[in-house]
Amino acid sequence: MSAETMLGDRQKLAYIASQAADARLNVELETEGMTLNIGPQHPATHGTLRIICRLDGEQVIWAEPSAGYMHRGYEKLTEVRTFPQVTSLVNRIDWLGSFANEVPFILAAEKLMGVEAPPRAQHIRTILFELSRIANVGLFLGDLGVQMGAVTPVFMAFRDREYVLNLIESATGGRFHPNFDRIGGLKDDLPKGWIDETRGVMRKLRNFCTEMEDLLFGNEIFQSRTRGIGVIPKDVALQYGLSGANLRASGVDYDLRRDQRLPMAWDKADFTVWTHPDGDSYARCWVRLMETRESTLIVDQLLDTMPAGPVMAKVPRIIKVPEGEAWVSTENPLGEMGYYVVSKGDLGPFRVKIRSASFNNISIVPWVLRGVFVPDIITILASLYFILGDIDR
Amino acid sequence: MSPLSSDTVEAPLAELPGDALRERAVDDLRAAIGDALIDSLVKPGDDVWVRVRTDAWRDAGIALRDKLGMDYFCFLSAIDWMPSPFGRGEDEPGAEVERPTEIVQGYTGGETRFQVFARVASTTHRFGITIKADVGEDLVVPSWIPAYSGANWHEREAHEMFGIGFAGHPNLINMYLPTGFEGHPLRKDFPLLARMVKPWPGIVDVEPLPGEAADPADAGDAGVGGPTTENIEGGGS
Repeated sequence: MSAETMLGDRQKLAYIASQAADARLNVELETEGMTLNIGPQHPATHGTLRIICRLDGEQVIWAEPSAGYMHRGYEKLTEVRTFPQVTSLVNRIDWLGSFANEVPFILAAEKLMGVEAPPRAQHIRTILFELSRIANVGLFLGDLGVQMGAVTPVFMAFRDREYVLNLIESATGGRFHPNFDRIGGLKDDLPKGWIDETRGVMRKLRNFCTEMEDLLFGNEIFQSRTRGIGVIPKDVALQYGLSGANLRASGVDYDLRRDQRLPMAWDKADFTVWTHPDGDSYARCWVRLMETRESTLIVDQLLDTMPAGPVMAKVPRIIKVPEGEAWVSTENPLGEMGYYVVSKGDLGPFRVKIRSASFNNISIVPWVLRGVFVPDIITILASLYFILGDIDR
Repeated sequence: MSPLSSDTVEAPLAELPGDALRERAVDDLRAAIGDALIDSLVKPGDDVWVRVRTDAWRDAGIALRDKLGMDYFCFLSAIDWMPSPFGRGEDEPGAEVERPTEIVQGYTGGETRFQVFARVASTTHRFGITIKADVGEDLVVPSWIPAYSGANWHEREAHEMFGIGFAGHPNLINMYLPTGFEGHPLRKDFPLLARMVKPWPGIVDVEPLPGEAADPADAGDAGVGGPTTENIEGGGS
């Protein structure tokens, strides 16, 4: 029941008169807009992204992100490195899921060379890929709470992410930047006892997902701040090239793990691609939650079907990649990450175009922020989930 | 396929579903834009490339979206096909080195030093297409924003990195570089200053694997040699 219907007749007239007076006043005053600067250093921006918003009262009428505070010029740097050296660069693009960045580049180089990794290497690659997804999106789920004023989830996320990072460290030697993928396979096989340990950690992570679902997604405040906020329709999402969970939350059933054939082991696992019809902030968060749980199930299945054999194909010591062009993209934690590699038959690539997910995901911000209220800016940005290194490269 | 590949691939790459779709996509695009489609290449089981005339660049984008059902915009960028006059930065600064200067374009050819290329995909048919166009002397191509809104930022990036203009773009300002920055960093003739000061040591410093002979004289076959320049030139082939 609105305030208006509770009033008596005389009061009603007075109310209408006051509304009319307010409207006249607004016209006479010509309310002046205000420019609100979010960032570059703001806790809610995951790094140094600056968003310039022009406000009318509490409403955003114009918004423009300003990236580039962290541009490292990787596309230029790849042109002066050899192929095996590039992985240590591309590792740093999305630093929360770094192993997943190496994979598409290595696959593109292997495609040009006509080499394929042995089945065991493909399996381990896929498992490490999914582990980096869990580490990445797990942190997102915890961080989401902080953006809305809930502090507890982030501690849980950091606690359980640690188990995954320990797994990655014990297999690759690096917690954040494994640099473990090689053209033709992997640097090393798994250490002893790793598979059993991973099974235990996956159980813990599924518990974590359930905890998050109860704590956060069932929470009334969380729902009221995300439901119906920042709605991105399907066709707009596709036009802007949104990918990953952002696209699937708009109801597009498109997952590169399932929808293309790569020399990876995803086709050996049976998994669901989660979509949500709403396209709002809640849908984006929910799809990520379901995907994290699905990833733990993929890892479990792949651990059960792990083939024996070598982890490295026979490749020359000094790698020259034949002339050609190749495009390989994978479904990374943040969305579609791809490399367009042009080789001239040299030791290093001629040109590498890095298509990172966050760049497209954030380019929709001017569109989606128009007309929203100031507190919703933060939840929408959080739900779009970007990593600065993935925008700036 | 090379003998290095594993035996577990169920179907040979040529028989993957999608090649017929890719060929049909090229035919559909030719029907939509006519002889503005200059060249096409369908690599079996891999991907499809097309090249269109520069003036038809935007129409091709709109045709891809409306006629071919390529609803998903992946990326848009550019290539500078000129070989780098600085090589890989492996030589001492100031050293006179003979380098190739001939401009050779990649798949589907081309006539100009710069090319724009973009990739779009269909989320229903689940395949993508890479489209290229030459960039003429005036370095201007039509903007793709009417076809795909997401091209906005990609064109801004290509503009500052390559100096290519996009006719019809509303806001072609720098995204990464400071205002007033001179030069276009991803052009091949833009030097990478770090390499000009100190050559990259990593290009010749190949560490021997454990258990292998570190001395090139002990290594059996070519390509498994030690860290000498001769081995890099001849190795791996």
